[in-house]
Amino acid sequence: MTTLDMLQETYAALSANKVRTGLTMLGIVIGISSVIAMISIGQGAQNSIQQSIQSIGSNLILIQPGAQRGPGFQVSSGRGSARSLTQADADAIAQSVPGVAAVAPEVDGRYQVNARGTNTNTSVIGVDPNYPTVRNVEIDTGNFITTQNLTGLSKVAVLGPTTRDDLFGAGADPIGQTIRINNIDFTVIGVTVAKGGTGFGSQDDRIYIPLTTAQRYLAGNQYLSTISVQAQDTSVMTAVQQQITTLLLQRHAIADPTLADFSIMNQSDIVATASNVTGTLTILLGAVAGISLIVGGIGIMNMMLTTVTERTREIGLRKAVGAKRKDINTQFLMEAVMLTFTGGALGIALGWSISFLIQYFGVLQTQVSLPSILLAFGVSAAIGIVFGYYPARRAAGLNPIEALRYE
Amino acid sequence: MIDVQNVEKTYQAGTTMAFRALKGVSFTIQDGEFVAIMGPSGSGKSTLMHILGALDTPTGGKYLLDGKDVSTLSDDELADIRKNKIGFVFQSFNLLPRTTVLRNVMLPLIYDDQIPAEERERRAKGSLHAAGLDEGHYANLSNQLSGGQIQRVAIARALVNDPSLILADEPTGNLDTKTGEIVLGTFQRLNKEYGRTIVLITHERDVAEYAQRIIYIRDGLVLEDSKNHKQRTSIS
Repeated sequence: MTTLDMLQETYAALSANKVRTGLTMLGIVIGISSVIAMISIGQGAQNSIQQSIQSIGSNLILIQPGAQRGPGFQVSSGRGSARSLTQADADAIAQSVPGVAAVAPEVDGRYQVNARGTNTNTSVIGVDPNYPTVRNVEIDTGNFITTQNLTGLSKVAVLGPTTRDDLFGAGADPIGQTIRINNIDFTVIGVTVAKGGTGFGSQDDRIYIPLTTAQRYLAGNQYLSTISVQAQDTSVMTAVQQQITTLLLQRHAIADPTLADFSIMNQSDIVATASNVTGTLTILLGAVAGISLIVGGIGIMNMMLTTVTERTREIGLRKAVGAKRKDINTQFLMEAVMLTFTGGALGIALGWSISFLIQYFGVLQTQVSLPSILLAFGVSAAIGIVFGYYPARRAAGLNPIEALRYE
Repeated sequence: MIDVQNVEKTYQAGTTMAFRALKGVSFTIQDGEFVAIMGPSGSGKSTLMHILGALDTPTGGKYLLDGKDVSTLSDDELADIRKNKIGFVFQSFNLLPRTTVLRNVMLPLIYDDQIPAEERERRAKGSLHAAGLDEGHYANLSNQLSGGQIQRVAIARALVNDPSLILADEPTGNLDTKTGEIVLGTFQRLNKEYGRTIVLITHERDVAEYAQRIIYIRDGLVLEDSKNHKQRTSIS
């Protein structure tokens, strides 16, 4: 039997009962397409999270106050609540740690903000002029906070684009307008470029004011909530992190590093943690889709078994005219593989369309990867062979005399 | 040439029960003969047909087909014998459903790698012509034909591999008398004009009388083997 004959026979057999073939194939189509779509969603989520982590700056080390501890006993009142970081700490890091490119201290809080009858509750961050370089913030219109603003305790504000939209309407020019933060008037001097990123902690929904102003008028103290440090390059990150830890422990006179009143996070740690989470998510989604693929495979086996019973006489005839056990075996295996292969191809197309639609409607930037397609193809062919093997063997093993007599 | 020497077939049912379907059957059939094997149901004629058709092997005795001993072959070797030397015509036709006449006739040839596609089609058309089916039906699907036409397609399929022996198992059993006569006439014509060796298995004397020779079987033994002096002919 030539390959062409085989394909023709297979096609004829499968097209003989189109509805059943179609429904059986649907199982595989759904299985494969969900594997493709789910993996693309998982990878999309991973990429989007990594991108938003990258967008907060590059080679970034974040120092935040640790949990507040009393002398002699340890009562933790939550990370970041301690008042342990000061401007002096930030200056010391900038001066004495080698490999540091820039240091940006900040203090943040959420306040009610209003302007001309509109109002919003947003994050207000006191920053210094280093902030844009360290945290990748770009100015769209106007200016960012300058050193003069800082020393002069100016009541000026730079708005994130989302905040600008909330307060003044989309696309309006707010420069020179006045906003009230916590009942104190500030003049708007600039708007930052949109960074994208959604959800809580959006980097577009913020107001930047001079650090000193924030400490004096809003926080009412001299402490910092975060010190962002930018290392010169990735290779020195670990060393810089080490030295900052040593320096701060020394400055805060703490001997035992486990009792440190601050915590240091490295950007790559954050990326790694997030990747871990999204990786697990991808596996979970893939596993659920994989189960539907197995169910689809069982559907194929079911159909093939029915087919073998239904076509017993045909098998008998084929054997009577000279088909060998191997010929029958190959033919039925081919049918199963053809089913899963076609189903797999359709599934890949469908899965691709689903992930395209998800992207098109802006839910998530999905990514269909070549390995996931190859995997899906391989898996669908394997399912055809695994679930087609038993029915094919049953067909091949039929006794021609009994098969011809079968009613 | 078919040489059946003292062929026995015993079916083992369980460990103690044994059923002897054939108890030592002997006869020879020369090339170009048209023989009917006749017998009531349970006589062993179906078992004999299976052995003649290389679908089964005897438990005793020898079966020589064209000088080759078929009684000791493996399943795959039997399949080769069926492919090259035997053509079957069944009572229930056994055409592939929803398949064209031409493809049905070509079916035995796809298991032979040696024959190119054009040759297959040429041969299939030749045997359809020999079986007496109009060319207008070649592209029809098998389920669009009448009973007589279906059986002629089946006969064409039995001819297509140019077999040494055509085995027809109750070929008229599912046909009305008139169509049956036409089909039997086709066998006679194939025998006379094309020199085909035909073995017809039947339980009806009327049908058997179309053959030149009748072998009468009963209870697994040959009861009578004689020339048919009053051979019937079809008016087709």
